[in-house]
Amino acid sequence: MIAIDKVSKWYGRTQVLADCTTAVARGEVVVVCGPSGSGKSTLIKCVNGLEPFQQGSITVDGVSVGDKATKLAKLRARIGMVFQSFELYPHMTATENITLAPIKVLGRDRVEAVARAHALLERVGMREFADRYPANLSGGQQQRVAIARALAMEPIAMLFDEPTSALDPETITEVLDAMMALAQDGMTMIVVTHEMGFASKVAHRVVFMDGGRIVEDAPKAEFFDRPHSPRAQAFLSKILRH
Amino acid sequence: MQHYAWNWGILVTQPYVFWILSGLLWTMLVALAGWVLALALGSILGVARTVPNRVVRALAAAYVEYFRNVPLLVQIFLWYFVLPELLPEGAGRWLKRDLPNAEFWTAVLSLGTYTACRVGETLRAGIESISRGQTSAGLSSGLTMAQVYGYILLPVAYRVTVPALTSEFINIFKNSALALTIGVLELTSRTRQIAEFTYNAIELFTCATVIYALISLVVTYAMRIAESRARLPGMIASQPTDA
Repeated sequence: MIAIDKVSKWYGRTQVLADCTTAVARGEVVVVCGPSGSGKSTLIKCVNGLEPFQQGSITVDGVSVGDKATKLAKLRARIGMVFQSFELYPHMTATENITLAPIKVLGRDRVEAVARAHALLERVGMREFADRYPANLSGGQQQRVAIARALAMEPIAMLFDEPTSALDPETITEVLDAMMALAQDGMTMIVVTHEMGFASKVAHRVVFMDGGRIVEDAPKAEFFDRPHSPRAQAFLSKILRH
Repeated sequence: MQHYAWNWGILVTQPYVFWILSGLLWTMLVALAGWVLALALGSILGVARTVPNRVVRALAAAYVEYFRNVPLLVQIFLWYFVLPELLPEGAGRWLKRDLPNAEFWTAVLSLGTYTACRVGETLRAGIESISRGQTSAGLSSGLTMAQVYGYILLPVAYRVTVPALTSEFINIFKNSALALTIGVLELTSRTRQIAEFTYNAIELFTCATVIYALISLVVTYAMRIAESRARLPGMIASQPTDA
């Protein structure tokens, strides 16, 4: 469903992505990991066109992201995204955060959109916080609302950009649980994360990046048991030591 | 000073009391109409200063630099005395002769366009204070850039800049006194006029001072209440939190 083909990107003269190629099938969960600065976040931001890239191509459900003729807003409406720092709109309640895009982009009726928002909040265990403002929610609660907000657009795929990196350890689980439930429902997901526990439980494949390159792209079991590249081996030994 | 004929009663003597009130009315009209223009144009400028398009940003920056760096009085004279000469003859004559209340509209235009550059800069700062991730979140949900500005960036920017916008409103209110230079019979102009008739300059200018200060104080206080209502939940001890 998502095909990334020989994508390269530069910021000025600095190359941040080099020849990245991978693909994500419908219903597949792919975890992208690697040291910071390796280009993981940049790569998934290329998938919905938040970041432009100079070479290669990315297609989502047959639509080319880099094509100038592509209506990016239309494409993005079909891909959900969850951010490291939640990015809920501070002047709107949880419900309003969720209904904004369905009403303004999809032209949904307000009553219907609110009902659906409440159902989604229920799904992530946040129904009782529907009328709270983001500032009155904990990090984990905000992130669950952000997941509901992305789901409200009925996306064909979801992108997660380090969804638990800004959370304290106790609230990480509640967000991971919500993501796990989503994966079990068959959602196509690309997840940038350092949570190897999540990767080993939920992911079908793991993509390991270093220095803007994809150095390992393997089924989960193979990645954890027999990583090919020395870089991935070193990374895993450090991250799994404790 | 020993020969000064004090007469506070002059302030409530007819017809002067009505002159003062009508002056106050014109002051308010100039300030409010100018403010509507300033807020509308300033919002456009604030957005234009932050959009990705370079040409739009440069044009908005040029506007701000011109209006911020030329004395307001000179701007008023340019609009009033110079603009009609530069226009085609018919239009120039219409401005000078046929436009009803030409001084009033010129004052509104000068004060509005000048204050707009300050409102624009204030809103630009407000927009730039918002994390870029908010824009990413909006765009990633399928909103267009215009919708991101309309539903997310501007509503938040207005809320965080209420105190700065209040002082811009007070500025335009006080700057409206300059309208007397092109013949608007506003509060300062009326005050001077009565003082010339009656020689009670001290009473009259005291009265004008008190009126200006009082209205500014009332506006400041009212905006403080408005601010606490509009304030973003969770920002600097806003509402009692229940989390």
